[in-house]
Amino acid sequence: MRAAIIVFPGSNCDRDLKVAFERAGAQVSMVWHKDDHLPEGIDMVAVPGGFSFGDYLRCGAIAAQSPVSASLVRHARRGGYVLGICNGFQVLTETGLLPGALIRNAGLKFLCQDEPLVVRDSGSVFTQGYAPGQRVTFPIAHHDGNYQVGPEKLAELRGEGRVAFTYADNPNGSVGDIAGVVSRNRRVLGLMPHPERAVDAAHGGTDGQAMFSALVAGLVAA
Amino acid sequence: MKVRVDVMLKAGVLDPQGEAVRAALGNLGFEGVEKVRQGKLIELELAEDDPEVARARATEMADKLLANAVIESYRVTVL
Repeated sequence: MRAAIIVFPGSNCDRDLKVAFERAGAQVSMVWHKDDHLPEGIDMVAVPGGFSFGDYLRCGAIAAQSPVSASLVRHARRGGYVLGICNGFQVLTETGLLPGALIRNAGLKFLCQDEPLVVRDSGSVFTQGYAPGQRVTFPIAHHDGNYQVGPEKLAELRGEGRVAFTYADNPNGSVGDIAGVVSRNRRVLGLMPHPERAVDAAHGGTDGQAMFSALVAGLVAA
Repeated sequence: MKVRVDVMLKAGVLDPQGEAVRAALGNLGFEGVEKVRQGKLIELELAEDDPEVARARATEMADKLLANAVIESYRVTVL
C-alpha cells in the first residue's frame, strides 16, 4: 500500500503519521503543499494534524485552497482513499469532501488528553480492525474539535451509517458525540482524535495500530 | 475601492466565544447583556472602480474562502 502524507506549513503530526503507516507496512511519500500533483500510484492520501497556516481565517481554510488540495479532492472524487486527522479533518470539511464544520470547543479550552471512543459500524476499511461497539482510547489535542452539522445532515449521517467514531464522554460539544465521519463511499475518514499517537507502547497505548494495519491490508485500488 | 465583509456564525450555531464574552461582561458588572455573538470583519482593497463589480467579486471571495457556508453567513458592504 502506498500512502502520501501532505505537509503544510504548521503541520506537526506528519512524521508521527509516517511512522504509523510504515510500521503497518505501507510505503510513504511526503508531499509538500505547493506540489500540484500527487506521486503516481498512490492508494491513500493522508492529511495530518497540526496548525496549518497558523489556523488563520478558520482552521484548515487556507490549507484547503493549497495547490495540492485540488489533487487531493480529485483523488477522493475518483474513489481514492483519504484519511484526515485533527487539523486534517478540518481541512477535509473545508474542501467539502466531508460534511459539517469544526468550531471552537464548547468549554473554550485546548484539550490534550487520552480520550475514550466508541467504534461505530460505518462499514469502512478504517474501522475494519475493530468490532462495532468496541471502546478504544486515542489521544486528542485540539482547540477546535467541536463538530457541527445541521439536524437534517446529522440524521442523514446516522441513517447512512457514516458515523465512524463517537466520544464515550463528549469533551468538546460535538453534535451526536461525533468524533469521526466517513464519506458516502466510505473511503474518506475525518477523525478528530489521533490514532497515530497510539501505535507504540511508549505512547501509552496501541489502540491506533488496528486502523493502520487494516488500511495496509484492505485497500482496494481506486 | 474598499469593501467590507462581515462574517457571523449563523443563528442557531452555538457561539462559545460570544458566550464567554457575555459572561465576562456580567462579571465586570455590565447588567442586562442578554446575548453576545462574535464574528469577523474583513476589509478588502480592490483594484476596481465599479461598486457593483466590487460587490460581486467580494461575494465570490466570501463564497469560496472568507466564510464557511456550513456555519457562517456574511454581508458585503461597499465602502
